[in-house]
Formats: sequence, structure tokens, C-alpha cells
Amino acid sequence: MEKKYLGQRVKRNEDPRILTGRGKYMADITYHNMLHAAFLRSDYPHAKLNSVDVSAALEIPGVIAVYTAADLGDYWHPGPVLVPAPHSIPGITANSRTQIPIVKDMIHHQGEVIAMVVAENRYIAEDALASIMVDSDPLDAVENVEAALLPGSPLVHEELGTNIATYVRQERGNFAECKTKADFVIHQKFIMDRGSAGAMENRGFCANWDEDAQQLTIHCNTQSPSGLRNSMAAWFGIPEQRVRVVVPLVGGGFGPKVMTNQPEEVLCTFASIKLQRPVKWLEDRAENFIGTTAERVQVHDCEIAFNKDGKVLGVRDSFLYDTGAFNPYTATIPLNTQTHTTGMYDIPVFLTEFTSVFTNKMICSPVRGAGRTYGVFVMERMLDMVARKLKMDPTKVRELNLVPADAKFPLETGIIAQDFAQFVLDSGNYPAVLKKAKEMIGYDDFKQNQQPKFRAEGRKVGIGVVLFTENTGVGPYEGTKITVGNSGKVFASSIYGTQGQGHFTVFAQIVADQIGCKVEDVIIETGDTDKFAWGTGTFASRGATVLGNAYHHTATMVRAKILATASRLFNVPESELELGDGMVKVADMPEKFIKLGDLATKANPMRGTIKPGTEPGLEATGFYAPPYGATAYGAAAAIMEIDPLSFNIKFHKFIFVDDCGTVINPMILDGQLHGGIQMGVGNAYFEKLVYDENAQLLNGSLMDYLIPRATDMPTKIEIGHLNTPSPLNPLGIKGVGESGTIPIPPLYCQAIEDAFDLPELLITDVPLSPSIVYSLVEAAKVK
Amino acid sequence: MSDLIDIKVTVNGTLYERSVEPRMLLSDFIRFELGLGGTHVGCEHGVCGTCTILFDGKPQRSCITFAVQADGHTIETVESLGTPDKMSVLQQAFQEKHGAQCGFCTPGILMTMTAFLKDNPHPTEEEIREGIDGNLCRCTGYQNIIEAVKLAADNMASKS
Repeated sequence: MEKKYLGQRVKRNEDPRILTGRGKYMADITYHNMLHAAFLRSDYPHAKLNSVDVSAALEIPGVIAVYTAADLGDYWHPGPVLVPAPHSIPGITANSRTQIPIVKDMIHHQGEVIAMVVAENRYIAEDALASIMVDSDPLDAVENVEAALLPGSPLVHEELGTNIATYVRQERGNFAECKTKADFVIHQKFIMDRGSAGAMENRGFCANWDEDAQQLTIHCNTQSPSGLRNSMAAWFGIPEQRVRVVVPLVGGGFGPKVMTNQPEEVLCTFASIKLQRPVKWLEDRAENFIGTTAERVQVHDCEIAFNKDGKVLGVRDSFLYDTGAFNPYTATIPLNTQTHTTGMYDIPVFLTEFTSVFTNKMICSPVRGAGRTYGVFVMERMLDMVARKLKMDPTKVRELNLVPADAKFPLETGIIAQDFAQFVLDSGNYPAVLKKAKEMIGYDDFKQNQQPKFRAEGRKVGIGVVLFTENTGVGPYEGTKITVGNSGKVFASSIYGTQGQGHFTVFAQIVADQIGCKVEDVIIETGDTDKFAWGTGTFASRGATVLGNAYHHTATMVRAKILATASRLFNVPESELELGDGMVKVADMPEKFIKLGDLATKANPMRGTIKPGTEPGLEATGFYAPPYGATAYGAAAAIMEIDPLSFNIKFHKFIFVDDCGTVINPMILDGQLHGGIQMGVGNAYFEKLVYDENAQLLNGSLMDYLIPRATDMPTKIEIGHLNTPSPLNPLGIKGVGESGTIPIPPLYCQAIEDAFDLPELLITDVPLSPSIVYSLVEAAKVK
Repeated sequence: MSDLIDIKVTVNGTLYERSVEPRMLLSDFIRFELGLGGTHVGCEHGVCGTCTILFDGKPQRSCITFAVQADGHTIETVESLGTPDKMSVLQQAFQEKHGAQCGFCTPGILMTMTAFLKDNPHPTEEEIREGIDGNLCRCTGYQNIIEAVKLAADNMASKS
């Protein structure tokens, strides 16, 4: 395998246009006759809609149309199930209720669309919203997942007769039996809430139906251009080949932008077809909080059975999952929770069951971490409780229970994952990651030498070390087309969405290695369904692994064509040819070479002949499909000090160790981890969507939904790497996109408990905040 | 919707005379009237800092400023800093240190830091951290941004 650029700290191809403000995002997409949409959204989380009077809105100059459910006709229907239930697991309950484009009679959550205004500009469209009269009767709302299952609870979907959406039970071994054999069993409840994805760019969508060409062109900052194309084609009865989705630069994704068949998508397309003009919608931040999917609370009832030597025999985790008003994504999040709970630990018995619960809230969909966070949180917390019970060091308990370094990989876990394949640990050295983390943070020195001094001074300084796995790079597949052009530039396209992960560079590195050209001469095209038609989307930290290997595979095919063509041209065997510096050279014959662009021209002559049975050009299309996801893993460790007055946290040291197999670009890898850690810091100490008892969101702005700022972050994140290549793919890559986020909440808990050193201080619920920690500490002092 | 108001605004060294609605936001004016798309809008309530421009040399949120308030004033946007072929020292440092990922918040951060470095050409890391505390970034965790600003300060110092 050629490896000139793979693994190198290559500067990003995309940066010059991004850094100079020349990059085009959704807000920059425009047509001369474009109309602008705004949506009237429900203030009530649960209500019966009686009528909508749009007559006054239609009187406003500049308003072109106002639509309600009645206008949609046959286009009004619930959307498709986006991710099916895991039917391979026996005994599941799967009640599916999918999102509707616009409210017809029942309002299911705050922010649900009641009416759409289309106007000459956005100012007028928003004015008109205020003139729409809505008559509705509010109903009792379902807010709390535990109360939702009590008899007499209001129901989100009355006809179901229950608020249960999905129930899945998976068991490895027999937990009931295992419990009877253990020296100790700890039973504990944990609550973990997660929040908004908070991409700096909100959602946006522009539909342009060309009646003459019978062609629909969509611009959207989706994470799944192919999914969006397919869904709009199906909804409006247009062949996929007549639907072009183009994704400009995207200002962050983090999960929710993977959702398709969203109300705004259906309605803008409908309006464009109806009005024969381009219709565009740009979400504002207030809408993003109530109208865009987010991740949300899980309530875990856990037991851990262990012996007095610290060995864990079994774990039970029964949890409730708040899926919101609809569940088009079904069980991806809770399945991820199930697969990541015991993670890299060698725990023979594991019973995991979840009940996904409908509530009158916005739909729950994956946000960076995507369910893995909850499993890691409860497991790491339970191990800390084991350590406390046995008066052992928390890192010792972990060490005792890790899958050993000499384990025979791949290790089957018996638990079905989000891709409906069994969760398999493909490779790794887990004790090594713990060891490295402890060394980097200076664990023993802190415990033995530093902490006693801090404690003597009355300072609250604690240390935490936690471990995690991240199942990444799941199927089904990705594909690419790579063409060497007459200019010598290499055009490499896929349908994949990109949101800042450095795709224009890392994939160019992979391709350049095979083609023998410069990284900057590889033009990566993403997210234009006319450039490449096949693929699935950006989710599950799968870009580098799945698409990266597709690029590699396709590039080797192009390389083969280059060699075959040049071999015929020079009349020498392929083995005597060398690729590099954008040309093909004959070894040891400096006068015999050809530039790739010239070779491309010869491979596609405009007159004459090509060899019968060969294809013209230097082009190939290829795919990669993994058997199952590759599992990355790592550790986070920190020494943090809690300010005695403000309860703000100052980091003395923060380290992260990660093993994502083969590294494509260490600079971009570290950047992915930094950003992931930032979101984890938010999950741990800042970010919470606060709902009142009526499921009304109380903090729907960036004023009071707190995304970590620069001063909230560790001053220096030090990153260590292990590199155990995954045997699952030719490049040996495992994903990394969500790793940084996953272990941070339990890290905070462990370190804060260690800092205060109070026997009664046990942190079971996150996110925390300065005031929550203050209250917990005060309560623990009293006990 | 209402009477238009004539304004004269100098943006990136060019004087523009336009008639605008009194309620038009300065961010929309820059983006849609002048066609300068580098100024991004992230929250429209003055929190995230993405839309930050220089208003008479000082960083200001263009999403909570009306275009009419800019009458007679001087504005600089990210387009004034450099071009893809000739990036500013600060922009080059952002590429070198991987200070941008999705790039959406980046123009606001570049404008804030351009003014910051003018005021404080030799900042400490802590001062830089304080300096960008009013700008939200969701991708980078800020560490590489801070390193980029430090590198830019060092590079500017060695050139002068």
C-alpha cells in the first residue's frame, strides 16, 4: 500500500475558502425569483387543533401563499420509518408513530408546524405568522418518562392505548442466577439528560421545481443527501434521477441534520411545485430549539453484581428512553446504549432492557455520542461505586475487569447493535489504554503526593479516569467515483455529507497516495447527488472508515487503469512503472514519463481506437461495505479543582487517549477529539433542555442554553494515541467523530467526588451545574 | 412595508449608498444587499458572535444592529482580511493550527481576533481565551483557535 500522505499532518484543502468567507453555506443559496418560507409553530405541547384562519395573513402585501394541512391533499401523510426496529431480537415491542408534515387535528409537541407562509422575503413571511389565528384546546401533556407509564397518564397517541413506543430486552448469560452467586449487589438509579446538537448553522432548505424539465433541485445542509433525495422522490412521485440534492458547506451537523422527511422539507417542496418558484427556508435559533430534533433523557435502573476481589460478575440495566412525540429513528440511540454499557469490560453476564417512551416533546434523534454516552455513564458510575464499596482504587477496579490484552479478537458480545449486527469488539488493547491514561495524567503521583497537600490546604482538587468504547463505521456501505482529468486534477466524488470534519483533505490524502499526485490536486466533491448517486449518509462516525475505505478501494482501481494504460503506451510491463509527482515514470529511464493529465487524454481519445474490451478514461467507481462496525476506544482523565465559592471548575490537567486504528491526519484527528470533548463538557456541566411539567421548553435560546465557551474548557487537552488497526477494513481505520464526547460526564462525576471526598456524595444524575454540585455537596455534608 | 431610509456606509473601503427599511438588520444588509456572504448568522440574538463585524474598528454583532445605525460609519467584514490566494497572517495561522472545522463561526472569530490583536499585539494564552469568550464555536473546543491566534501574534511580531 502506498503511504506517502496517509498519517501525515496535511493542512486542509478547504481552509483558504472557508477562512476567507468565500465558502457557500445554505444562507448563500439564492435564485432571482426565490420565495421565502416561515412556519407557524405550536406554542402548546399537546392540544386539539380546531381551526386555523389564515385570511388576514393573506392580505399582507408580499405574502404569496399560506398553507395549512388542508392544502396538502394527498401529500399529507405521516413520513416513513427512517430506521426500522431491530426485528432480529426476539420478543420486541415496536409501536411506530412517524412525523407528520403539518398538524391536521392534533398537536403533539411544542414547535410542531401548524401553518406555512410563503412570501417575497423573510421579514414579510415572519410578519404574516403573527396574523394567523389558531383555535386550539390544550390537553394535559406527557413530560416525564416515568409518569408516562403510570396508569391514568395522558397519552401522546390516544389510539395506541399506551405511551410505550419500543421495548427491547437482550441478555448475555443469566443475570438472576448471577446475582445469587455474587458477594455484593449494588442497586442504583441514574438519570442522564442530553440536549441540543447546537450546530452553529441552523437547518436550511431550498426547493426549486422546474415544471418544464420535470426536475426538482434541492439545496439543503443535510447529513444524508441520498436519504433526502430518495425521500422527496418518494413523497412527490418523482424519479430519483429527476431529484438533485446539492449540499453546500455545512456549518456543523452533530446528528439532527441526518433526519429526512422533516416537515419543512416536505412543505417547501410542496410550495415550490405549487407556486412554480424556488422556495427557501432558513431556520432561526429559536426554531432550532423547538423545531429540530435533539437528544434527551434516559432513566436507568441498574444493578451490578460483584465479588469482594473486585471482579464484576454481571450487570443489569433497565432503562427508559424519552423518544419524543414520534419515533422515526426507532431505537438507534437505546441500542447504542445497550452495546456500549459493558463496552471493553469482560463482564460475563449482562441483562439490558429498555422501554422507549412517547412524550409531548420534539423527536429524539442522535446527537454526537448518540446513546453510547448513557451506557458508558452508568457503567463507569457503577464501577466507581464498586470501588467505593470495596475501598479500592477506581482504576484498579477497571483494570481487574478489562478484556485482557491477549484476548482472542474478534470478541462477540451477544448484543445486537444499531446496525442490527452483533456488537463485536474487533481489536484493541484495553489495559494499555488505561495504563497510558494513568501515566499521562500522573495518577499515582497525584494520589500519593499532590492530593494530600491540596486536602491539607482545604482545596477541592480531584482526579478522574474513565474508559469508553465507540462502535463506529457501521454499514451499509459508501461508494465513490474517481476520475483523473485532462488537467491532471483528480476529481473524486461521493454523496457523503460533510460538516467540517476535513473530508476535503483526508479523503484527498487517501486518493493521492494511490494515484501518485499531490493532495491539493485531488478535488473531493461531496453531497451532490448528480455527481455520485449512491451512498447513505454521515452518521455513526463512519466517514473515515466506510467512505475512506471506499475511496481507497476506488483509487486502487484507478491506479490499475493508470498502470495498464501507461504500460500499453510505453510498451513496458506494469512492474517497471512508478507513480508519483502527478506522472507515470518508467523506472530507471528518466526520459520516459507522462503526466497524468496527458495520460488521461490518451486514455480517452477523440478519434482513433482504444483497445477493445477496455474502458475509456482513467476512471473507476467502487464501494466499500463493512461486515459490522469497527470499535474504537479510549480513556479520558482529568485533575480538576472546584472553586469553593462559584463551583466553577478549573482543570489542572486534562488528557485523552484514543485508539482509532490507522490515523489519516493527526491534526484533524485531534481536532475531532477537541470538539467532541467540548460537547462532552457541555453534557457534563452546562447543557440541559429544561422542560416544565407541561413539556414546555423553558430555555430555548443561547442566552440560557449554555454551550461551553472558551473559558469553560480545559486550558490544554493533551492527547495520546494507541494505534491498533482494525482488521475489518483494508486501511485499518476506526471512527473517532463521537469519541471525545462519550466519556466526559462520568469523568466529571468521578473527579468531583474525589475532590470533595465526602462518603455520602454520590453523583447519579447529569448534567451537573455549579448550583447542582453545590446542593449535592451541602446535602452530603449534612448526612 | 414602510418608508425607506437612505444610508451611506463604507464597507471594506467601498462607500455604498442604499435605501433600506428601518428594520433591516445590518447582518442582512451586508449579506443580501451588498452580497458579502462571509458574515454568517448563527443565533440572531447577539449571543453566538458568528455575525461579528468591525464597526468603526470595534467588534460588533451585526445581527442585533440595524442597517440604518451604520449610516455614516465604517464596517469591515471577513472579506477585507484576505483572499484564498493571499490570506492574512491570522487566516494563515488558522490553517496552520487547524483553528476552523466547519468554518461557520470562523468569520466572527477572525474579526473579533483581528481587533483584539490590534489592541493587544502580544497576548498571553489566557488573554486570548478571554478575548474569544464571547464567540461560540461548536466544532473545535477552542484550543486550536487559541493556538492559532498566538501563532499569528508571534508571526506578526517577527515581521514588524
